Amino acid sequence: MNLWPVASGVAWRTLKNVLTTPSLVLPSLLFPLLFFIAFAGGLAQVQNTPGFDYPNGYTAFQFVFVLLQSAAFGGVLTGFGVARDFEGGFARRLLLAAPHRGGIVVGYAAAALLRWTITATLLTIIALIAGMQVGGGPVDIVGMYTLAAIMNICGFLWAAGVAMRLRTVQAGPLMQMPVFLLLFIAPVYVPLALLGTTLHAFARFNPVTYALESGRGFLAGEPVHAALGFGLLLGAAIVFSLWAFRGLRSAEAAG
Amino acid sequence: MSALPTQVGALAQRSIMRTARQPASAIPPLLFPVALMLLNAGGLHASTELPGFPTDSFLAFALAVPFIQGALFSTMNAGTDLARDIQTGFFARISLTPVRGEALLAGQLAGIVTLGVLQAVFYIACGLLLGVHFAAGAAGIALLLVYAAIVAVGFGAIGSWLALRTGSGEAIQGLFPLLFVFLFISSMNTPRNLISVGWFQFLASINPISYLIECVRSLIITGWDAEALALGFGIAIVLAIVAVIVASREMGRRLDRS
Repeated sequence: MNLWPVASGVAWRTLKNVLTTPSLVLPSLLFPLLFFIAFAGGLAQVQNTPGFDYPNGYTAFQFVFVLLQSAAFGGVLTGFGVARDFEGGFARRLLLAAPHRGGIVVGYAAAALLRWTITATLLTIIALIAGMQVGGGPVDIVGMYTLAAIMNICGFLWAAGVAMRLRTVQAGPLMQMPVFLLLFIAPVYVPLALLGTTLHAFARFNPVTYALESGRGFLAGEPVHAALGFGLLLGAAIVFSLWAFRGLRSAEAAG
Repeated sequence: MSALPTQVGALAQRSIMRTARQPASAIPPLLFPVALMLLNAGGLHASTELPGFPTDSFLAFALAVPFIQGALFSTMNAGTDLARDIQTGFFARISLTPVRGEALLAGQLAGIVTLGVLQAVFYIACGLLLGVHFAAGAAGIALLLVYAAIVAVGFGAIGSWLALRTGSGEAIQGLFPLLFVFLFISSMNTPRNLISVGWFQFLASINPISYLIECVRSLIITGWDAEALALGFGIAIVLAIVAVIVASREMGRRLDRS
């Protein structure tokens, strides 16, 4: 059975809800910009620390982190919407009406991706105005945004799995905190080699580290860990897909 | 004996118990700033090697931030709690009793100050456990607790004013990013003299949050720095006075409407 009618309907409704509600759209637009301004502006001097070797400057170095962060949180915030729909009863009606329930998850995921596209576009424009140096060619840049898009899907699928199991907005911290911690237990401010000993030990085993380094490599035009970065994120996307679809089964079973 | 202290005490107790009974309200203001501090300390350790950086421990440098970040969390919690009182009708019912507006506000603020000081004790304990040496010694730590109380009055009154003005918990939560703008565009991660981007240095220099952070930081890494203390205490006291005045006026208006 075709899942497109369900997916497109859910995606359209979710996007319309988000874009017409300032309290939903503004945080997802403003927080990444705020992080970018605070990190790229306030910490620019960090590029002068001994051993900092990123060739494209601190603005570009931070842009990749904020891009991935906005992608992950764009997904998580859409997961909040799923929880809100369950809490309000809309999702239960949707489960009854949808001929192909998998389309519900796909629709929310599409909305998460489109929602993040707006944030990413705004962030890119601001970064270019702020003088970000781009060293990579078109293929590299597509690679960087593709990485971020997969990160967005991972963030959404994780949050959706939680939302469909707990079916309450109060699960927000559970959706948000692990993502936040994974993002910050990575080389956020300096390259991996310059991290403090404890953080370095954790960051080495964090998949976000390799996604971040791949993204920074693409932006600089000197790809590093590209296969590893993509491989880890795609692996995470598969695992979180199972997590989300099993969450859907759990929601169905709960009625 | 005047009824005012009894009313303030009862309302302060209610304010504290309400927060203590909600782990989702009580725990994040304690743990989240400390977690962020530890992550920043690990990530930005290398910046202590910059010429002119005031200490060789980024943890000591960053320990000042949770004090102000925790206060911002308290602002939101205080505002949200008071807004909930308005939305649920508690405020309207209490306005029919002999409880005075001053007692309502003072009770609310007394609860916030108690929690603010407890937060400060927690942050200080975390710092000491992690090996941070307080340059100003035990007297400096005592002064830090007084400072935390004054800051809590100021931020708590701002939260109360916002709640009385809007009467909506959702509106208070919506203002959260705005408060974070002040925190992020400050000297929280870099000393102002080492910020190399001109416009950011300017914004950080006109941002009062920078001076609130630098006051705490001076007691931790410098010792007794009269200028930093005067600026920090001056701003905190002025903020507290202005915020209490505007919150009191708004309380009067809200009670008249109830």
